[in-house]
Amino acid sequence: MTDAKPKAVIEARGLDLVFQTADGPVQALRDVNLSIGKGEFVSFIGPSGCGKTTFLRCIAALEHPTGGSLTVNGMTPDEARRSRAYGYVFQAAGLYPWRSIAGNIRLPLEIMGFSREEQDRRVREVLQLVELDNFGKKFPWQLSGGMQQRASIARALAFDADILLMDEPFGALDEIVRDRLNEELLKLWARTGKTIGFVTHSIPEAVYLSTKIVVMSPRPGRITDVIDSPLPRERPLDIRDSREFIEISHRVREGLRAGHGDEV
Amino acid sequence: MRSILPILTVLLAIVGIWYLAAIWMNATWVRDQAARDGREVAFSELVVETLGQERPVLPAPHQVAKGLYDGLFGQKVTSKRSLVYHAWVTLSATLLGFAFGSAAGILLAVGIVYNRAMDLSVMPWAIASQTIPILAIAPMIIVVLNSLGVTGIVPKAIISAYLSFFPVVVGMVKGLRSPDAMQLDLLRTWNASDVQSFAKLRLPASMPYLFASLKVGVAASLVGTIVGELPTGAVAGLGSRLLSGSYYGQTVQIWAALFAAAILAASLVALIGWAERLTLKRMGLAR
Repeated sequence: MTDAKPKAVIEARGLDLVFQTADGPVQALRDVNLSIGKGEFVSFIGPSGCGKTTFLRCIAALEHPTGGSLTVNGMTPDEARRSRAYGYVFQAAGLYPWRSIAGNIRLPLEIMGFSREEQDRRVREVLQLVELDNFGKKFPWQLSGGMQQRASIARALAFDADILLMDEPFGALDEIVRDRLNEELLKLWARTGKTIGFVTHSIPEAVYLSTKIVVMSPRPGRITDVIDSPLPRERPLDIRDSREFIEISHRVREGLRAGHGDEV
Repeated sequence: MRSILPILTVLLAIVGIWYLAAIWMNATWVRDQAARDGREVAFSELVVETLGQERPVLPAPHQVAKGLYDGLFGQKVTSKRSLVYHAWVTLSATLLGFAFGSAAGILLAVGIVYNRAMDLSVMPWAIASQTIPILAIAPMIIVVLNSLGVTGIVPKAIISAYLSFFPVVVGMVKGLRSPDAMQLDLLRTWNASDVQSFAKLRLPASMPYLFASLKVGVAASLVGTIVGELPTGAVAGLGSRLLSGSYYGQTVQIWAALFAAAILAASLVALIGWAERLTLKRMGLAR
């Protein structure tokens, strides 16, 4: 291999994953090839069962591919997990009800053995980053759903991994909160320069956020289109009314439809 | 405070029914006595006589209350007639057994959750252990331990522990398994060790379950101790008061001991409830 291109942070080659279920084997991923560069914002979009979450979980070493190769920072996903290469954000905030917001963000830091002062410093820092400065002492149930999800993003950022994996993080929130968090996420991405993998159901969300959109289709889960977004990095919310935005959205929709064409 | 009226109504109804039952059940003896003496009993006499017998079939509430009061406050606490003395004997064995039982329950639960072999092998035995009538196995435990030279509080405590470990195992297994898959995945992404995931997630998450099962466990502990006191030849403890009461037909004594046991159980459960509120409040889990 030549090193002509900038080195990929995440690299999948011919990735296969077959789940053995009671009803026989299920092909969750087939021949997935994808390379994600440093600092990219990559969205995975597709209907349920297309393997977008499964692929993200493979990167996080929460699932293990049955074929092909997958590297994260040049390591196997398991090694990357052990070297704490990424933060993971789930659809539910999953904050511990018995810990304050600051205590929840501190949790991964405690587990990773940061010193107490370092923990305090980092908690302060990420709380600022997600604009929850004054909520550290509050308990999760005292916060709205959107704020809880911001806290869970702060928790994923606290140990400063350079990859952020997000599995439909705003899926359970209403549209208005979602718009705001999308905007904030873009700012946060610009400020931190992290590589982000983002799973979503929503076409506007995918197009608005990403530098690269990966369209997937189900049975077996596979990639049908990879779109490099021509949109500038600076994106106000009203960019969604621009012609380019609408064109990309159209292409994503076409990709989703094509994926469904050979069945139903 | 609005609930005080319904509570009093129910209490009053129970006492009322109890009095009626006492009159009805004790009437036979009064009538027999009267027939023997060749006199007629008017209804008012019947009521008075049924409620003041020395060995009634069913003692009236005020008789039980008096027996209870005499037992608790009318004796020196060191006296063998004092219910305080007997309650203390029962309580000390209960607490020891409860401590054994809950500790064993928690340890077993940890083993079951973390070890698949234990998961498959221990639970069926734990369930089987509870299907054996405690009345059948208690004398055997006492006799076996006695032949080994173990007497006194320990055999009773073991029977008490035998009854109390089970609810703790069941509750703690459920509690330690209460974190969902997402929570566990999250810990995996942080590369947390088993010890860390236990201390930071599973154990705190199990607290509400633990307290619920401790409440059941402590009541079971008390029952176990009382059962354990029956075959010891009625030396001391509330169980022995029940037994000697039934030997000599001292129904008032039986009922007083029963109430003493009930008060003791209620206090223990209330004590755990108080510890529960305190803990969950400190953890921020109380609503």
